[in-house]
Amino acid sequence: MYSALWKILPGPRWAKIVQAVAIAILVLSVAVEWVFPWAAETFIQPETTVD
Amino acid sequence: MAFRDRLPRFREQSIDANDSKRTLPEALTHHAKHIAKTTRHHATRLVKRSRHHAKQLAKKTRHHLSNLPGVLSRAAQRSATAVVSSVKKIPSATTNLVSRIPRRVAASDKAARTPVSKPTQRASGSVVDRIIGVTGEALMTAGVFVLLFLGWHVWYNDVVSGIAQNNAGAELSENWDNVPLTVPEFDRSPGDSAGARLTPEPPVTASPAINQRFATLIVPRFGDTFERPIAHGVDPKKVLNVRNAGLGHYPQTSDLGEVGNFAVAGHRTTYGAPLGNIDQLRVGDRLYIETEAGWYVYRFRNLEYVWPKEVGVIGPVPQSKAKAADRLFTLTSCHPKLSSAERVIAYSVFETFVARDRGAPAEVAAMKASG
Repeated sequence: MYSALWKILPGPRWAKIVQAVAIAILVLSVAVEWVFPWAAETFIQPETTVD
Repeated sequence: MAFRDRLPRFREQSIDANDSKRTLPEALTHHAKHIAKTTRHHATRLVKRSRHHAKQLAKKTRHHLSNLPGVLSRAAQRSATAVVSSVKKIPSATTNLVSRIPRRVAASDKAARTPVSKPTQRASGSVVDRIIGVTGEALMTAGVFVLLFLGWHVWYNDVVSGIAQNNAGAELSENWDNVPLTVPEFDRSPGDSAGARLTPEPPVTASPAINQRFATLIVPRFGDTFERPIAHGVDPKKVLNVRNAGLGHYPQTSDLGEVGNFAVAGHRTTYGAPLGNIDQLRVGDRLYIETEAGWYVYRFRNLEYVWPKEVGVIGPVPQSKAKAADRLFTLTSCHPKLSSAERVIAYSVFETFVARDRGAPAEVAAMKASG
């Protein structure tokens, strides 16, 4: 998976590292902005009310 | 080159047992010898080269060290000599080592005569291996993301939401400062402990439409910047989990300022955790509910730990059927932290009301000045 990604990325090693870091940041920000809030509301329901 | 010239080389390299000129053992011996010769040749070259490099290195080292300032020069010369002598030893040591290799290979002619088993194919690169590898990487990635999510949920989002809720509360309060009063007049005579009336009659703040914010909660015990908006309703997705609210007024309970129980829910952990320190309240601590009209001041009375179904805690007189005579303020939250197994309830009693045009109560003014 990751070795395939490494092979797909073009350019010399430093360019690959830059691209890999950029992809990691992108994936993380998507997770923080959309995926994690959705997961929290879907899977975790902390109840604070009495009913 | 003629075919005849190529033929002997071909025969020499052949290890085909059917070769009419050589038997298999003979061919293997020949190859072993050939390998030995080649190895010896390369080893000799390697030694020559490394000796050359070592000499150069020694020369350079000596040169650099001789250029060192006078104080260091003697010690430098000594270490230079040590370096040079140890560097000189490298080539001969290498020679000894590599010169042994070809002889060993040559001596193993007998071993070469024994049949050689076919080398087994390495299994790596097969489809099954690749599937296992990719699955493993995917599972590890998923595991990392689960941990990241927990970190986000319990820490990152909590901190970010908490700051956002405080900012939202401060913003609401600032806006109220700039809006002309719209609340009706009320009895502003000050409290008198000797008189019959301890507290002035506060105005009643009518609850707005569901999910609308109408007040903020200020608790000095929870920190200098603690001011969280209170919205009408306790919907998790629209009030309790959001970054511009956090606290929700139970719609079925009394309005703010009414005789009865003004009950509010908030998270103990995660989503900004407005009531994270609810267990730190001390008897007599002041809690301020700020609205457009001013500040409703409450004094903390006690905590109670109950099961989630005990709705009696938000009744007009908590856990009782008595007729309401006091103005209570009840906070409900989770207990223990990071669990929703139980509820922690904090009861406070109305003390007084401070109208906005009289200025913020001292404690609140100090918080706003420092924040």
